[in-house]
Amino acid sequence: MSSTIIWTIAVVTVLGLLLALVLYLVAQKFKVEEDPRIDEVEKAMPGANCGGCGFAGCRAFAEAAVKAPNLDNNYCPVGGNDTMAKVAAILGYEVKAKAPMVAVVRCNGTCAVRPRVNEWGGTESCAVKAQLYTGDTACAYGCLGCGDCVKACQFGALSMDSETSLPVVDQDKCTACGACVKACPKKVIELRPAGPRGMRVFVSCLNRDKGPVAKKACASACIGCGICAKTCTHEAIVVEGNIAYIDASKCKLCRECEAMCPTGAIHGVNFPKPLDKDAIKERIKIRNQKAKEAVVISSEAEKSQKKEDKKDE
Amino acid sequence: MSKRTFSIGGVHPHDSKISRGCPICPLPVAPTVYISVAQHIGAPSVPCVAVGDKVKVGQVIAEPGGFVSAFIHSSVSGTVKSIGPRPDLAGRPVTHIEIAVEGDEWADTIDTTDTLITEIPSDNKAIVEKIRLGGVVGLGGATFPTHVKLSPPPGSKCERVIINGCECEPYLTSDFRTLLEKGEQVVVGAAILRQVMGNVPCTIAIEENKPEAIVHIREVIEKLGFEGIEVMEMKMMYPQGGEKQLIDAVMHRQVGSGALPISVGAVVQNVATALAVYDAVQKNKPIVDNSVTVTGECFPNQANLLVRVGTPLRYILDYLGGIPADAAKIISGGPMMGRAVANLDAATVKGTGALLLLTEAQTRRGKESECIRCGRCADACPMGLEPFLLQKLSRNSDVEALEANAAQDCIECGCCLYSCPANIPLLDWVRLGKGLAMGAIRARAAAAKAAAEAAKK
Repeated sequence: MSSTIIWTIAVVTVLGLLLALVLYLVAQKFKVEEDPRIDEVEKAMPGANCGGCGFAGCRAFAEAAVKAPNLDNNYCPVGGNDTMAKVAAILGYEVKAKAPMVAVVRCNGTCAVRPRVNEWGGTESCAVKAQLYTGDTACAYGCLGCGDCVKACQFGALSMDSETSLPVVDQDKCTACGACVKACPKKVIELRPAGPRGMRVFVSCLNRDKGPVAKKACASACIGCGICAKTCTHEAIVVEGNIAYIDASKCKLCRECEAMCPTGAIHGVNFPKPLDKDAIKERIKIRNQKAKEAVVISSEAEKSQKKEDKKDE
Repeated sequence: MSKRTFSIGGVHPHDSKISRGCPICPLPVAPTVYISVAQHIGAPSVPCVAVGDKVKVGQVIAEPGGFVSAFIHSSVSGTVKSIGPRPDLAGRPVTHIEIAVEGDEWADTIDTTDTLITEIPSDNKAIVEKIRLGGVVGLGGATFPTHVKLSPPPGSKCERVIINGCECEPYLTSDFRTLLEKGEQVVVGAAILRQVMGNVPCTIAIEENKPEAIVHIREVIEKLGFEGIEVMEMKMMYPQGGEKQLIDAVMHRQVGSGALPISVGAVVQNVATALAVYDAVQKNKPIVDNSVTVTGECFPNQANLLVRVGTPLRYILDYLGGIPADAAKIISGGPMMGRAVANLDAATVKGTGALLLLTEAQTRRGKESECIRCGRCADACPMGLEPFLLQKLSRNSDVEALEANAAQDCIECGCCLYSCPANIPLLDWVRLGKGLAMGAIRARAAAAKAAAEAAKK
């Protein structure tokens, strides 16, 4: 009886050892050489697998980052600079810090200012809607309000405001992965630098129609009047195709354009104080007056200079 | 002999041809017309008039912007007021030529008399050129330039011309009225088309719900003594008027995926196109007007109107007594394939065949529920596709799988949506998927072309 037990244990042990040896040899023979740094990089990643970096997931990003000669084309928008610093430390590369970005909805056509001219009775999907027609308002460029961006967001950073029927970005949750940008058939959402302490100014409209047409479709549309571009002292605003665009890299957040915009299409967010339009307008007026006076003085000076020149002759 | 129909799928909606008794009456010319430069499939035309120019009816105002494109003629006489973007039926900005109407003076070259000319010119090339100059496009709905269809690629041979008089869409009656009232002209048009394609036999296909038209056209053929033209009575089935379906029904031949009808030796033209061919070849009259059915149970003054191209839709409806209070939706075209009108200020185009007014109860969609895998959509699909699968793939934007499952072959007939007991918006999603698949195919073709050009260099 006892010998049976001993034999069984012995046979199983020997068999186990033999098979382990076979497994070991096979594993050695067909070993896939993989850079151990890939695992390390993957560990440093946020693990959201959102695809915001342009790769299929965090693992794919790690593989690409290890192979790449530098990190210029590999940036994880979700992890941001902290994650990229860790990745750079693992791989021994230098990393250029990027300004944190945030999704910005460039349409302010709320139900109140953008009247509905027809009723959409089809599937609640912006993609389906956009394929059939320009939408239930007279604006062919704005938000369609079916929430494809909300469905695309994996971080719960987007929600539809039932009162305005526009999407709202929760900037604390937004990782700037860009999924909403891809999902929006009207390209209403843009990734913009989040700005210092979240402060940023942007044109919240994409309507390329001429002024009167745009104004008729939506009371707060950008009418392409160009007042903002004239006001801006930093050359940050370009008006092209009846639409103004603020270059965030040049904007100094003075909010003068916001105060001067006749339709309220320019939005400033996260500023500590509310916008004092009158004070800013007064400031611009004084500045313009001074500039005019300076022009007059200089032209007078030129004239007197010329006279003197003539006298000299 | 049993009546023929196509072999795959199809549905049988009530035909609702309530305006079948209304003769085609000319609509008074609107004070201002807006003529779109994109009235056909292919490249938009290029305006060749300037603001302030005086134009006559039938004068060319836009020239083709490519091979697959068409001439556009002024439908009225008057002064060009503006040339610029204007929202079309779907609200998309399209370049329109605005003309303020003054009188009704026709171009001198056009024969405006009613005399029937049955003698067909013998030079086929000249005929095709006249069709091209007349801006004739397929008036069955796709508005494909007719002269392109009549110039088959070398190596292909046409064996039969089919004149499509099925009018399988419910409510529509303009083709039926055209057959009854302009039967002689349609038959001569058919004779011209069969001569151009090399004296091949010609079939005029008419569905069994239009017995008067079948009898009338048979009489006309006998009276005029044209040989090689026959009338075929078709079984009622939607979408029999689809090009590929009609070829299947008449010739028992199936056109392959992505192939043209000419690959099986068929050329299909609509009844209204045959009439336009007659007008262009025998009368020198380009397409300046087309018949439009205005109908709907809630619309008391139903009519078949001869409408000048570019007439604002609101003007047509106002002429017929305005929009009734209980009309909830206005559709351009029939109830199956037509598109809802988002903008009543939009103007008609050559392909506008009908305005259909429906009530809230008629248009309301049922509550969507889960797919129960009954397979009715697959049974109904006349292209042999699987709409239940395509809609899932489309929701997930799986372009590769969409293409593998032939989403690009969808003809958007709406049979799947019509037959779905779970009220799933199959057509909405399949159409989106078709767009994705077509986009991928086009992108690949463009890339291949660019690569070939790069290789040449």
